[in-house]
Amino acid sequence: MLRRARYELAGRAVSPFLSRLEGWRRRLRPRPGRSGRGGASPFGPPLEAARKLKELMTAHYFQGRFAEGAVPVAWVTSGFPVELLRPLGYHTLYPENHAALCGVRRLVPALSDAAEHEGYARDLCSYARTDLGSLLTGETPAGRLPRPDLLACCTNICQTVLYWYRALAARLGVPLVLVDTPYVYGEAPPHHAAYVRAQLEEAVAVAERVARRRLDPAALRETVRLARDGSRLWGECLETATARPAPWTGFDGFFHIAPIVTLRGTEACNAYYRLLRDELRERVRRGVGGLREERHRLLWDNLPIWFAVREVSSLLAARGFNFVCTSYTNAWAEAGSRVDPDDPLGSVGLAYTHVILNQDLPHRLDTLRRLARSYGVDGAVLHSDRSCKPYSIGQVDLKERLARELGLRVLLLEADHDDPRAWSSEQADTRLTAFMEAFA
Amino acid sequence: MSAAALGVDAGSTTCKAVAVDGAGRVLARRVEPASPRVEEQVERLVAALRAEAGAGPEVPLGATGYGRKRIRAGRTLTEITCHARGAFSLARRPGLLVDVGGQDTKIIRVGPSGEVLDFAMNDKCAAGTGRFLEVILGRLQIPMGEVAAHAAGPAAPVPVSSTCTVFAESEVISLVANGAPLEGIVKGLHRALASRVAALARGASAGGLDVLMSGGVALNGAMVEALREALGRPVAVVPEPQLVGALGAALSVLPGAPAA
Repeated sequence: MLRRARYELAGRAVSPFLSRLEGWRRRLRPRPGRSGRGGASPFGPPLEAARKLKELMTAHYFQGRFAEGAVPVAWVTSGFPVELLRPLGYHTLYPENHAALCGVRRLVPALSDAAEHEGYARDLCSYARTDLGSLLTGETPAGRLPRPDLLACCTNICQTVLYWYRALAARLGVPLVLVDTPYVYGEAPPHHAAYVRAQLEEAVAVAERVARRRLDPAALRETVRLARDGSRLWGECLETATARPAPWTGFDGFFHIAPIVTLRGTEACNAYYRLLRDELRERVRRGVGGLREERHRLLWDNLPIWFAVREVSSLLAARGFNFVCTSYTNAWAEAGSRVDPDDPLGSVGLAYTHVILNQDLPHRLDTLRRLARSYGVDGAVLHSDRSCKPYSIGQVDLKERLARELGLRVLLLEADHDDPRAWSSEQADTRLTAFMEAFA
Repeated sequence: MSAAALGVDAGSTTCKAVAVDGAGRVLARRVEPASPRVEEQVERLVAALRAEAGAGPEVPLGATGYGRKRIRAGRTLTEITCHARGAFSLARRPGLLVDVGGQDTKIIRVGPSGEVLDFAMNDKCAAGTGRFLEVILGRLQIPMGEVAAHAAGPAAPVPVSSTCTVFAESEVISLVANGAPLEGIVKGLHRALASRVAALARGASAGGLDVLMSGGVALNGAMVEALREALGRPVAVVPEPQLVGALGAALSVLPGAPAA
């Protein structure tokens, strides 16, 4: 009871506290320009919503510190239908999102070393190594992560998650629910949909047992509606970048994606995206861009390079290149289109089966073509991600098709989404600069 | 004829500098092993060139190569753009440029005006570059100038792995210890390197393009032959292949050069 009260208080008190702290900070010293160098920055004015985002995510991780013993805790893959867990009162933690946070803070080499020391190969996904390393060492930029009562894994993003979560289950001794989504060629046939739906029903039974609660159908419908609306709101945020100039950069989107990944199906998530969307629309109306001068518009494919987002975006922004759309941020906007609150399990099963990484290459190509056309891009950077093979396979063909069919200049950039040991700044600089020189 | 522009290519293995006339013809050149003190070396080479070609301080300098950011130049461009421009000015036709340098191998699809249409480079590993040959031939005590003679004999090539320079070196030591003929090993090395370069070329090639070769490794006739075999197409070497990057840098500061 006391723990529960502490958990609720932690969730409610942090945002107002941080907001007041920011107010004091602003009064004490004026906010510098985005680069910290005032007028020299190639970026437009920072988004006001960014402060709210920081509050929201800090509150989420802070509340997590008090979740253990207060509410059931689940560790969840980014592609798991979290809509099933929220009505059961779970506090959810996303190891992928946490690993991205570790990547931004450049903590991955140390955490990965710990995992490698334990025998995990360096060829494994850097998210998996970071998560296992964090578990082994207890190191986290979030202060402390709540231990899970349940692990929830869906194979729609890759097969690595299956082995990663099995390793977690063995180490933590907690139940693992697994949703296996057959790979989609064209459209999932009815027997695939039935297979996924049956697994969702089994997952619900396990999650109910762990939470010691029954799933309330009305609450499930409401969560599914919130998740669908959240996904649509995120899509509306992204669509503002079809304007010229785009009101933000695609790399801003990499950070503002956090709520739709980790808080999907909550009103807090949707409230945040309404705020962000309105600000972006207002910037479009006033002609305020993500860059001071947007000369070329680009598409980004694959995950961000978390530890070098700033480095890459600054290099490009200095010459007026903006990533106005990314297939990664777009993926979270598409998920909502198939979701129907009146058929929660069936529609959620279909939606999560049809995520971009679980669909064939023609679908990838169609998505990239559609993005390139609707956002009016002149070029594309395909990040060949050492850690994400399902996302990177086929990029040589995608590159060739985008160049031939749409006349785009396309660069294949080799890197890793989380591990800076697979990154060479100088080599990346030469490739990106040569790519930009070719636009003159 | 007096110089109209100077170009420097501060590469990973050698530093190259040229002076060109208004038509882009090379009037004077300098090539030296790369020094870690890039600024000093470039300053000295450029001063020598200015003296030889009669170029006063008003004659502009273009810079490229690994060390380009440390050079005070009128314009700084990447090696990819400079190699494309340099090679195009010599060949006067579009095509696929294969530049095998000390630590970089670049495959550049050059368009009808000398512009870069597409490019691919080796990443993270120098096993497909001149460094591969340099390390292993050094181990075999074969000077670069004598390589072609060693590869010309009738011996059949001995297969050598191209995955990693360090492992290939130990592999070659074992081959020598087991009595494999030196000529066969040298041929095998060239074949291994050519297969890496050809694999990279396939990634950037639209097919059917003329293949041009530049970079220091193009001076090695055995390598040109091995590449021709690996690509299954004729390979033409541009004149003074080592100077192509520096030439492109000089052309980029000539009046009327493209904006990039």
